[in-house]
Amino acid sequence: MFAVAKCHFAGHNRLMRIAIVDESAARASVIEDGLRDHGDAQLFVITERAGLMARLQDVDPDVVLIDLANPSRDVLEEYFAVSRALSRPIAMFVDESDDEAIAQSVDAGVSAYVVDGFAPHRVRAIVDLAVRRFYAYSRLQDELNEAKGKLAERETIDRAKRLLMQSRGIGEPEAYGELRRKAMESGKRIAAIAEAVVTAHDLMEGK
Amino acid sequence: MSEHLTIGFLPLMDACLPILAQEHGFAREEGLELSFQRDKSWATVLDHLLYGHVDASHLLAPLAIATTLGVGRPAQPLCAPFALGLNGNAITVSNELAAQITTPGLLGDPAEIGARLKPIALARKTEGRPLRFAKTHRYSCHNYMQRYWLAGCGIRPGEDVEMTVVPPPFMSDALAAGEIDGYCVADPWDSMAVDAGHGTIILATSQIWRRGTEKVLAVRRPHLESKRDVFEALIRAMRKAAAQSVDPEAFRENAAILARDEYIGVDKAILLRSISENLVLSNGKPPVHFPDFMFQYGEAANFPWMSHGGWLYTQMARWGQTQFSDANYEAACGVFRPDVYRSALRETGDVLPGANSKVEGSLDRIMPVTTEQGEMVLSDNRFFDGHTFDPDRPRDYLSAFRF
Repeated sequence: MFAVAKCHFAGHNRLMRIAIVDESAARASVIEDGLRDHGDAQLFVITERAGLMARLQDVDPDVVLIDLANPSRDVLEEYFAVSRALSRPIAMFVDESDDEAIAQSVDAGVSAYVVDGFAPHRVRAIVDLAVRRFYAYSRLQDELNEAKGKLAERETIDRAKRLLMQSRGIGEPEAYGELRRKAMESGKRIAAIAEAVVTAHDLMEGK
Repeated sequence: MSEHLTIGFLPLMDACLPILAQEHGFAREEGLELSFQRDKSWATVLDHLLYGHVDASHLLAPLAIATTLGVGRPAQPLCAPFALGLNGNAITVSNELAAQITTPGLLGDPAEIGARLKPIALARKTEGRPLRFAKTHRYSCHNYMQRYWLAGCGIRPGEDVEMTVVPPPFMSDALAAGEIDGYCVADPWDSMAVDAGHGTIILATSQIWRRGTEKVLAVRRPHLESKRDVFEALIRAMRKAAAQSVDPEAFRENAAILARDEYIGVDKAILLRSISENLVLSNGKPPVHFPDFMFQYGEAANFPWMSHGGWLYTQMARWGQTQFSDANYEAACGVFRPDVYRSALRETGDVLPGANSKVEGSLDRIMPVTTEQGEMVLSDNRFFDGHTFDPDRPRDYLSAFRF
């Protein structure tokens, strides 16, 4: 993986080395998947906070993608400033002409750092892709939360049904029917009625 | 009708004035409603400020200057019309190192501690495992204060000892893991290390410079100009919060407010230590009262002295972060905006100094100073090595240092 010839200032002749720094391994892999199709890039995912500087020295990236809220960003900026002084010019992806792109990436929650002078159109494509992937990941998170919420509702309804079955000696379909009838009468969702049943029961039991 | 402003901050003690202004209703009295954006790195705070997600930010004063001058990134003009406080930082080292260079539990003399540190630092360098000191950001007063102290003791930062960056909440753990030997940061992240038994506070930065500049309220210059009335109202609200924050009657309640998760999110008993300036310096030792630890109200502590901007710029040049130029020196001084502070407070009768700049480090006792309105004294504001900074002669100042 490290056998690529290095060619420091002529970015065109070397495989682009992209480091993805993200403490969320799940999100890092979503971005990684998206970038894998970029044939001319090598990807390095860093999810560990400890030893970030040393890891970056090893990877020697041309582009670093990092989530905006990552607590290690100040460490990363120190790394760039120091390595620029020591070896080669590295700058943040904040070329004024790209201000709109940066604003978009800040909105999306991803931040990019790029070797100064590295082929701008290639970088732009990478960053655009990262932005899309970040949004896709947030959507996935939202869907996941929604699904979790639904699952919890399901469990509450099941518990309410069991309580009704026990206390009133009725079968499952009847218990569900009762919950549904009450929901329709009061204009509420079944989950809300079930929640009320479970809460009332817990109160009675002194839980 | 109330104006709504969003303020960015990092969970540090010196973010407290806008928070307390909102919580105690001072903002509302000025027709303002404040909400807050809590972040985990200065880079993120700055992004949120530059891209308009927040109206103003709790920010490292040197970072406001670096951003304005375009050091390390394209220039974007920022203004600092209000100083959120002076000092409030400490230097914390591993317990093992502390025992070798000071009496743990007491605040020693910076020059004496430095003299004991020097042979240890040089020995460690020779062994090929140099001491490592951390700061929170390269453009921070923590960086410059730590370097100032080390260099003043004959230890070359970056050569005799390594200098690195660690985010404040991870300082204590990095110390425990042996990744670093010491660090400079704002409280509560010094007291947290003491409490965890990971480190010992050996110096307050106010022992290095009695009245050192620290965080500012930073605003994008065009935003300040377009909403000048609103920001002047914010300055008045924060000034009221500052007056209230130094009242001992308010200490406990303020600690409880700041301890909340949406603000600093740290145990209120620990926050109370720096609020009341009673710091436990070493685990298990009695607290030490150090009234100069943090300065947030008296002596016009919130006044944005242009000479503070100038001093910070000399430090950026001293440590090779930028090439000194007269034009940039002027621009750095101009990031601090006493004109805005004055027009915000003129009608309130609050004390306003007569000058916009002062010779830093020149006073060794309490002195009355001329004012535009009100009565005012300045007290001991020396640097530990006795240098003075004349804002009219920055090049002479820089050449006075060996390194």
